[in-house]
Amino acid sequence: MPEPVIEVRDLRKVFAKTVAVDGISFSVQKGEILGFLGPNGAGKTTTIAMLLGLLTPTSGTISIFGKSMPKDRQHILQRVNFSSPYTNMPYGLPVMTNLKIFSRLYTIPNAAQKISALAETFGVAHLLKRRTMTLSSGETARVNLLKAFLNDPEILFLDEPTASLDPEAADTVRSLLLKLQKERGLTIFYTSHNMQEVERLSHRIIFLHRGKVIAEGTPESVRKQHGGSLEEFFIALARSETTPPAAHSGHEEAP
Amino acid sequence: MNLTRISGIIFRHLAVYRSNLARLNEILLWPFFELLLWGFFGQYVGRLSALGFVVAMLLGALLLWTVFSRVQQSISISFLMELWSRNMMNVFITPISIAEYLTGLMVVGLIKVAFVTLLMSTVAWLFYSVNLLAIGLPLVPLAAALILFAWAIGTFIVGIVLRFGQGAESIAWMFAFFLQPFGAVFFPLSIYPSWLQSILWWIPLPHIFEALRAVFAGQSLPLQHVAWAYGLNAVYLLAAFMFFGMMFEKAREKGFLLKLQE
Ligand SMILES: Nc1ncnc2c1ncn2[C@@H]1O[C@H](COP(=O)(O)OP(=O)(O)O)[C@@H](O)[C@H]1O
Ligand SMILES: [Mg+2]
Repeated sequence: MPEPVIEVRDLRKVFAKTVAVDGISFSVQKGEILGFLGPNGAGKTTTIAMLLGLLTPTSGTISIFGKSMPKDRQHILQRVNFSSPYTNMPYGLPVMTNLKIFSRLYTIPNAAQKISALAETFGVAHLLKRRTMTLSSGETARVNLLKAFLNDPEILFLDEPTASLDPEAADTVRSLLLKLQKERGLTIFYTSHNMQEVERLSHRIIFLHRGKVIAEGTPESVRKQHGGSLEEFFIALARSETTPPAAHSGHEEAP
Repeated sequence: MNLTRISGIIFRHLAVYRSNLARLNEILLWPFFELLLWGFFGQYVGRLSALGFVVAMLLGALLLWTVFSRVQQSISISFLMELWSRNMMNVFITPISIAEYLTGLMVVGLIKVAFVTLLMSTVAWLFYSVNLLAIGLPLVPLAAALILFAWAIGTFIVGIVLRFGQGAESIAWMFAFFLQPFGAVFFPLSIYPSWLQSILWWIPLPHIFEALRAVFAGQSLPLQHVAWAYGLNAVYLLAAFMFFGMMFEKAREKGFLLKLQE
């Protein structure tokens, strides 16, 4: 019997001039890898930020582990984590120091052991003494992922986890994620605009366009629905400038 | 309030000094040279006026002023550092509460200022044979009052930065300088025109420095000034915390916590 760990109802976020997320509803099952897709400006990051309590929804409800975000923020945040190439840990500090800091913020007992065990898993044991700023982007991605596993999250949110990586480094990250997901029965909610990645990783995808869910299902079923590859579907969508934006009048698309 | 999380914030901001010794300049060298300057100046004035306690008084005022400005700056700069290093999202998706976060920053300010006080009193003693700590017990309530006011101002500035982004950065550095001419730090409040005096009494600073001068002049600690300083501090602190809370809510609404990353 599947058990939803995330339930989102009629979620909406309006910035001054933009409807970033326009009334979306979905749920994510325990142990599921959900690919949250869409062209730039579709509302992916905005959605993740609301799920993490960094952004207050304009309307709608978010329930994670049956608790409500943002009301039970602290409870939820202790059990989830997040990683993205668009955030860093303090770059002047050694990797180990940064990981210790986050261990405290997550109140992890025996942090040193935990960190060295995870460092083996992510192949970064040799980097722990290095300053964060001296790491390559592939190394940074693995260290950021390590951070995201410090609190043994039950749900991992990833915003374009492989965006800044070369194909080899991206592949390493994907393999690691798949392995850890299987071992831990982890739920992964991740955004991407890399179609191959999505097909390889996701159990299910949600296609977002201009803040609305326009397709949902397994990668195969979405492919069948729309005929042709996901990539073609994606490009067609991104180019469909004729569809009027969700609210107000034209020209307010993100730069 | 969770002590481990608070200690995480403290550790984060002190670790910066361990891994980058150059940063120590900010808390060691600056106060050192400032103290030298005012020490020599005080000696000169003392010679002119034959007032022996001028050096001690100037340096005492400078020490307390440094306590205030360092603590305030420490809070604001720590927060800005989080922005510069694009670490904001990482911190605020942990279970830390904003009260815990602020507490961490305030304690970091305290720790830094303890070092500065030690340094300055040592230097004053070595160079000018002035024992700043000789004021003794009255120094404690006065320094504490300044720290409270510094927490209030530091918190207020962090709120401004949250609202207006890094554009407001210079305020974090400059605010203490702006305030200094109006704090009656090195001279009595009676120097100001009377209309200005009646405004400045609503800031804790003149009360604290008037009290300091009284002590230097050999009087006992003027409790009325101390009471005013603490009363005003309570109001400023409450207002600053409320302002910060509001700005944080606003940041969550407008997405500043994300935007500040870029
Ligand atoms: N803090 C913000 N203030 C105003 N508009 C924003 C803000 N964040 C995102 N937007 C707008 O919301 C829309 C969705 O953005 P985003 O969620 O970042 O898209 P994605 O992550 O799918 O590329 C875009 O039009 C973007 O310009
Ligand atoms: Mg995005």
